[in-house]
Amino acid sequence: MDPKSLVGTFNKKGQKIVEPEYLLFEAPRTQHFMTGSEVVKEAIRRASIDVSIAYPITPQSEAAALVGELYVEGYVGEYFRGENEFAVMSECAGASFGGARVFTTTSGPGTLRAYENFPMWAGSRLPIVINVMVRGVNSPLSIQPDTLEIGMILETGMLIWHAETAQEFLDFLLASFIVAEEPDVHLPVAVCIDGFFVSHTKDMVMMPPADIALTPYDPYRSPVPCMDMEVPPIRMMRDPFVMKSNYISYATHASWQQEVRAACERSRKHTIRLIGGLIEEENADAEILIVSSGTAVAQGREAVRLLAEEGVDVGIVKIKTIRPFPHQEVRQALRNAKHIFVPEFNVAGWMAREIKACIPDNDRVYAGPHVAGGMTMPPEVIVEEIKKVLSGRKEAVHG
Amino acid sequence: MRKRLNLRMSGLGGQGVVTSAHVLATAASYDGRHAISNPFFGAEKRMAPAESYVRIAGERIYDRGELVYPDVIMVFHPQVITQGKCYTMPFYSGIKPGGLLIINSDSPLPLLDSDLEFLDSQNVPIFYIAATTLAVEIAGTELASNMGMLGALMGATKLVSMDSMESAIKDRFGKKYVASGGTATLDEAIKKKFAKKEQLLKKNMETIRRVYDIGAEWAETIKSPMLV
Repeated sequence: MDPKSLVGTFNKKGQKIVEPEYLLFEAPRTQHFMTGSEVVKEAIRRASIDVSIAYPITPQSEAAALVGELYVEGYVGEYFRGENEFAVMSECAGASFGGARVFTTTSGPGTLRAYENFPMWAGSRLPIVINVMVRGVNSPLSIQPDTLEIGMILETGMLIWHAETAQEFLDFLLASFIVAEEPDVHLPVAVCIDGFFVSHTKDMVMMPPADIALTPYDPYRSPVPCMDMEVPPIRMMRDPFVMKSNYISYATHASWQQEVRAACERSRKHTIRLIGGLIEEENADAEILIVSSGTAVAQGREAVRLLAEEGVDVGIVKIKTIRPFPHQEVRQALRNAKHIFVPEFNVAGWMAREIKACIPDNDRVYAGPHVAGGMTMPPEVIVEEIKKVLSGRKEAVHG
Repeated sequence: MRKRLNLRMSGLGGQGVVTSAHVLATAASYDGRHAISNPFFGAEKRMAPAESYVRIAGERIYDRGELVYPDVIMVFHPQVITQGKCYTMPFYSGIKPGGLLIINSDSPLPLLDSDLEFLDSQNVPIFYIAATTLAVEIAGTELASNMGMLGALMGATKLVSMDSMESAIKDRFGKKYVASGGTATLDEAIKKKFAKKEQLLKKNMETIRRVYDIGAEWAETIKSPMLV
């Protein structure tokens, strides 16, 4: 049955099934003061989820437990705790292959433990939504936020979005299912937030009512047949021809990987429609710009406020989707900037590399400031770094 | 009124430092102000350092994470200072001039002369409040120490209204609340102390009100009370 025909009907919890555009843009919203973990619960309550699988790891444990509460209340079809993150992501694949709308959450070391599954999901065109609440992955151990893990999943073929605030997190989660399930996309989406800074932080959220829900997933809109062992991509896994070292097997793999990346690129039009663009600009005509994603942008906004008090004009460009990377939008937004600062919550500076790779005259980019291992980035640190570089007290490091 | 008020709560795991921050921020938002609160702690264990932060302003707040430059520091346990169970050394690191220190202790702690001189030079008064002793006296449990600390803060600064605080307390303790395993266990422990949930709410509010009066009285004795 076409799920669109369900619009206007009621599900077993008495929620009215509505078009995603209604849920996201038209439904009246009320104000709530809640944590990012609670945002997950409220988004999933409205998302017509068939299956959710959980495994505890800080900082996502609360969110996973709250989805369990929803299962008890009857809002989620099936929910259980997997054996570990690798098992969880494999089980998510099984449920998605079977035609279910699947949601899960993970963090830091859990993301890496499950890693093999992410390119498998993308290659199998499974529209699973995974909320990644980023956390340090290095030793010595840290449970605090560090965005290194986003840098590690960039090339898995998944769509990767990075929300700045609790509000954006809610809207991203709801939109992600719709974009993931478009037939010309049909890929997993990693909706990332910074652990603690969003997951455990109480913030104001405008929330659509609880008595409406997204149209359910329609597995028959999948561009690849569900669990059909005779047709790619499943056939690739069982059929010896692609496992051999010959030209046909290489060509098959190469073309499929290109198709997965093309599908990721094709998500743009749906994403732009549902989350209002791949980037967000504020005063982007300024000669000095702060460009980043997630909490680095939030801290950047406070730095802009502090610098404005001193008469220094600085703008902000927020990157909402890291995959697909908004090359054109970033090039356009950064065309007049003289100094581009890229603050990041990781030691590697992967976001600065992404930006440098897509703009002309990339010596305009200053990779920093950086904090790592869960350290906070006070706005004063960004202000100080900008002043140091502009006054020539600090050499811009390129590379 | 300060444009932005930054508050750092330093305590030990199990004392309700995180809960206090969320309750205070919720109360501030009931007062119609912008607020944001977040905790900071290591792998959870009782008596280990735990911190939380509240930011309150008349405008949208983006800043989050560990609070480095606070206007108010609330110390929930003497060990934060005496045993250095704190994320920042010294415990008042980053305090803004004209700020305020509220310390849960029955008597003044043996701070170094250099500490006292520095705080004095920054015009930062110290308000010692016996929050745990008062919590045991009023609510019958040391688990209400955090309520005492909130009462002390409110009395000394009038930061949030009593009505909003009561609504925030009801939000937190009046309905089912899912948090981490440790927090859930403590929630159960405190519920067992009271025959009914209403009694828990009542005793919490009683603690806040009684300590509020002490805080308000203390604020009268300060020459340049903090403007919040």
